[in-house]
Amino acid sequence: MSGDDIVQKLLESIGITPGHPLPVNTARLQVHGNRVVGAHLVPGLLVDVDERPDGIAADITVKEGVQIERPVHICFGLLPERGAQHIEMHIDIQEGAQASVLAHCTFPNAVEIEHRMDASITVGAGASYSYFERHVHGSSGGVHVVPKAQVTLHEGARFKTEFELIKGRVGAIDIDYETECRAHSVLEMIARIGGRGDDAITIRETGRLVGAHARAVLNSHIALRDTSHAEVYNTLIASAPHARGHVDCKEVVQGQALAKAVPIVEVNDPTAHVTHEAAIGSVDAKQLETLMSRGLGEDDAVDLIIEGLLS
Amino acid sequence: MSILELENVTLELGGKRVLDNLSMDFWENHIHALCGPNGAGKSTLASTVMGLAGYTDFEGDIRFEGESLKGLPVAERARRGITLAWQEPARFEGLRVDRFVGAGARDRSRARLASALDSVGLDPDAYLDRAVDRTLSGGERKRIELASILAMEPKVVLMDEPDSGIDVEALEQIFRALQELKDRGATVVMITHSPVVLKHAEHAFLMCCGRLIEKGSAEKIDRYFEDKCITCPHVNEPEEGEPA
Ligand SMILES: Nc1ncnc2c1ncn2[C@@H]1O[C@H](COP(=O)(O)OP(=O)(O)OP(=O)(O)O)[C@@H](O)[C@H]1O
Ligand SMILES: [Mg+2]
Repeated sequence: MSGDDIVQKLLESIGITPGHPLPVNTARLQVHGNRVVGAHLVPGLLVDVDERPDGIAADITVKEGVQIERPVHICFGLLPERGAQHIEMHIDIQEGAQASVLAHCTFPNAVEIEHRMDASITVGAGASYSYFERHVHGSSGGVHVVPKAQVTLHEGARFKTEFELIKGRVGAIDIDYETECRAHSVLEMIARIGGRGDDAITIRETGRLVGAHARAVLNSHIALRDTSHAEVYNTLIASAPHARGHVDCKEVVQGQALAKAVPIVEVNDPTAHVTHEAAIGSVDAKQLETLMSRGLGEDDAVDLIIEGLLS
Repeated sequence: MSILELENVTLELGGKRVLDNLSMDFWENHIHALCGPNGAGKSTLASTVMGLAGYTDFEGDIRFEGESLKGLPVAERARRGITLAWQEPARFEGLRVDRFVGAGARDRSRARLASALDSVGLDPDAYLDRAVDRTLSGGERKRIELASILAMEPKVVLMDEPDSGIDVEALEQIFRALQELKDRGATVVMITHSPVVLKHAEHAFLMCCGRLIEKGSAEKIDRYFEDKCITCPHVNEPEEGEPA
């Protein structure tokens, strides 16, 4: 298959077709296995990619003060049933810059695929970066996804990350993000994952609020069916004056599924404040009965409730 | 003609007789009120008609359009045309108003969903894309629930306490929406202890202690309630031999 054909197939799997193309002049990077199959850059965005035997290493920089208007479109994927993809990324959003990335990770035919991501992310003073990662997996669940990131937010920086895996089977997923939040920075991490079959989900998110007035929210919304299981370890440590944080974990459990939430909140400064909220259980009976009293069968009602929870 | 009939319905919950040999007829295309003091069994009656979990093991019979509802699941009763609006409507985290209102709608077009919201006095542009979660006030959720019922086009609507947590203006919107349901052919049962709500009914029932005490025009029930219930020394315990 030519590079263009592969790009086409990758994009199709995430719903981008000739009829629904990417907007023109959108910065993009498309990586199939260990090959860059498509790229388009915009001024102020620097991308330096090394192809490696099992993946790529990329340095991505947004230059000081540059505001990239449209989300940068990144697509990582593997079309075959088996294989491995290891992505190493160093992201540097320089002082006062602003960028957002929409990353699609697509393994539509996966039977046995490992996708690892090791990222270091630096968001400079006053800069803003948001990273939205959406996964598209096949129906057999044969993907092992291991995203790890070390994030540093400098003074007044903002970082928002969203991880979404709703379509297809999860397989096994093991998220590990650690963020250091300096003064007046803002961190928001959201994970929305729907597990079924024997999917296994582990989320470890840690925020260290080391600067005064730093703020963080860690949000996990997980819906589990069948024999899937999920463990969520969310940690917020506030050790600076007026730091604020909130940990929120919601897990809806159906069938034989198993959910575990371990929020750890630690406060080492008398003026800091961190809260947590965890709700794990089956679908709420009143919600279910409300929808059933409109004529929805139980399964459709559960689907709709979960759609809301994961939206 | 009656669309919904209860015949000698008795239900015990936790060893207590909560519905006690109730027989009632709800006339098609009328607005009824079901009145009575706290704990009379009004909400229990609605839950039993809807067939909610925990309310299915009753004696006697409930018939809808002449057919017994016994053993039918909630969704099947709803598909036949019965629905229930809760006193305190559920919250749905993340679920958008358009998805919620559209869930049981006959016509899911945006125009239909918008007109349902319009009918309860909520601006569709401001509400359709919001979530039915805690960011909505109780009164807004109540009206959105009623909008979902308008879109469903049911035959019988059981509405538990239309006025609870609602201001005067919003309550007028709710009455207008209930009237719209009636104009479209539905039968409405409002559960209440408010004379204001009672006034909007064409026919009313008074319950106490799981029993039917009186039925008739809204004025008659209002008078009875004023004269006898409010002064009644028995807390939810009608004296033997009171009229039924
Ligand atoms: N699951 C239950 N187990 C035991 N008792 C119950 C149960 N559900 C309701 N009851 C009792 O049944 C009686 C009727 O309750 P119900 O909620 O139907 O009253 P109501 O007329 O709707 O009152 P209100 O005006 O306060 O809403 C009450 O005494 C209540 O405590
Ligand atoms: Mg009640």
